[in-house]
Amino acid sequence: MREINCSEIIPVVRKMCMDANFYIGDDVTEKLKEFYEKEESPTAKEVLKIIMDNNELAAEVKMPTCQDTGVAVVFVELGQEVHIAGGDFVGAINEGVRQGYKDGYLRKSMVADPIIERKNTKDNTPAMIYTDIVPGENLKITVAPKGGGSENMSEVKIMKAADGLDGVIEFVVDRVRRSGGNPCPPIVVGVGLGGNFEQSALLAKRALLRPLDDINPEPKWAEVEERMLVEINKLGIGPQGLGGRTTALAVKILHKPCHIASMPVAVNIQCHAARHKSAIL
Amino acid sequence: MAEAIHLQTPLKAEKLAELKTGDKVMISGTIYTARDAAHKRLVELLKEGKELPFDIEGAVIYYVGPAPAPPGRPIGSAGPTTSYRMDPYAPALMDVGLKGMIGKGPRSKEVIDSMIKNKAVYFAAIGGAAVVIADSIKEAEIIAYKDLGTEAIRKMRVENFPCIVANDVNGNDIFKEGVEKYRIQ
Repeated sequence: MREINCSEIIPVVRKMCMDANFYIGDDVTEKLKEFYEKEESPTAKEVLKIIMDNNELAAEVKMPTCQDTGVAVVFVELGQEVHIAGGDFVGAINEGVRQGYKDGYLRKSMVADPIIERKNTKDNTPAMIYTDIVPGENLKITVAPKGGGSENMSEVKIMKAADGLDGVIEFVVDRVRRSGGNPCPPIVVGVGLGGNFEQSALLAKRALLRPLDDINPEPKWAEVEERMLVEINKLGIGPQGLGGRTTALAVKILHKPCHIASMPVAVNIQCHAARHKSAIL
Repeated sequence: MAEAIHLQTPLKAEKLAELKTGDKVMISGTIYTARDAAHKRLVELLKEGKELPFDIEGAVIYYVGPAPAPPGRPIGSAGPTTSYRMDPYAPALMDVGLKGMIGKGPRSKEVIDSMIKNKAVYFAAIGGAAVVIADSIKEAEIIAYKDLGTEAIRKMRVENFPCIVANDVNGNDIFKEGVEKYRIQ
């Protein structure tokens, strides 16, 4: 049994909230460069250039690349040999988010009541926390700030088995088509297949944590990701929806078993500020 | 891309009439910020026949909820928010003099029709280019609805705020035309 104190967790979460917002990952930068080279539309090229300049400048001055510093989505892998001491685990993560968003001059974008009052909680809590118990004695925490504009374009659909792979591809591509310039393209498309209603959505979100340059270890799914990406980039939406070849930088799929009657498909759209940081305690 | 066209606020009708969809522009002068919650209040004021908290004649509204200003800066990261959420309110504001809107993403038919009728223009700023845009904002102060926090109305002085003409006064729409041009059937 290993003991981890809440007081160790708070500063780690605090720092990840800031770092994720200030520093875009190299995988995203590389993809932006790659698509910039290939882009045919002069307007699109200009937009991609400004996005790359922006990300460089943000890192230099330590400001968030985007003012929408998002909902703090936190994925936890808690080793079953770990005992969390010195307080409440969820409280410690929220305290880290509170401090990170305050000290990093990040925007507080959470409202307490979703419909009637919509009053800002003023500290960007609560975080959306998903905890898995895993073997071992480590605690891995990932902070993935998620913006509202792209989240608003996401969707879950329970399809029929008869819809088949072609139906799934059509739904995913159509979801991007209907989103147009709203989710701040170039986007990353997270696709969750199988599970059930809520698991498919969570798979789609987790898919967004995959590095953009990784290749799906299952060749048949790598092929589907590539097919979806090609179809999406035929849409012509382009950066910011102004027209161009660069609508999505990557499509990432995660899948799970599902019920014989169901075929859940979730599409979680991520803007070009594809941000996440992880730490192992 | 071609050289940028420089625009000074308040926007003049003759200058706006020359702009074409796809033009790169740099806006300088005073602009106001408002997003969902502030728009709701502005339109309520108009319905009640009350005065707006700023002079809307020839004004530009920027759809943004900025991040807090770090020490030594007038504003934090300040990229555009998605404009369609302001579509229900925009025509009422154009009817009383609003001439420019800055945001991201396409507008509804009602908004485009109102732009043609009122000779107003919609500019696309680059979503996520929030630090580059913040660098063009030289001063910012909250002038209304402080209780809304990031959604409060701010008066900003900008120099060479970079954007692209998305909808001109003749009803052209870059979100349709640009996409048509690059779509592969």
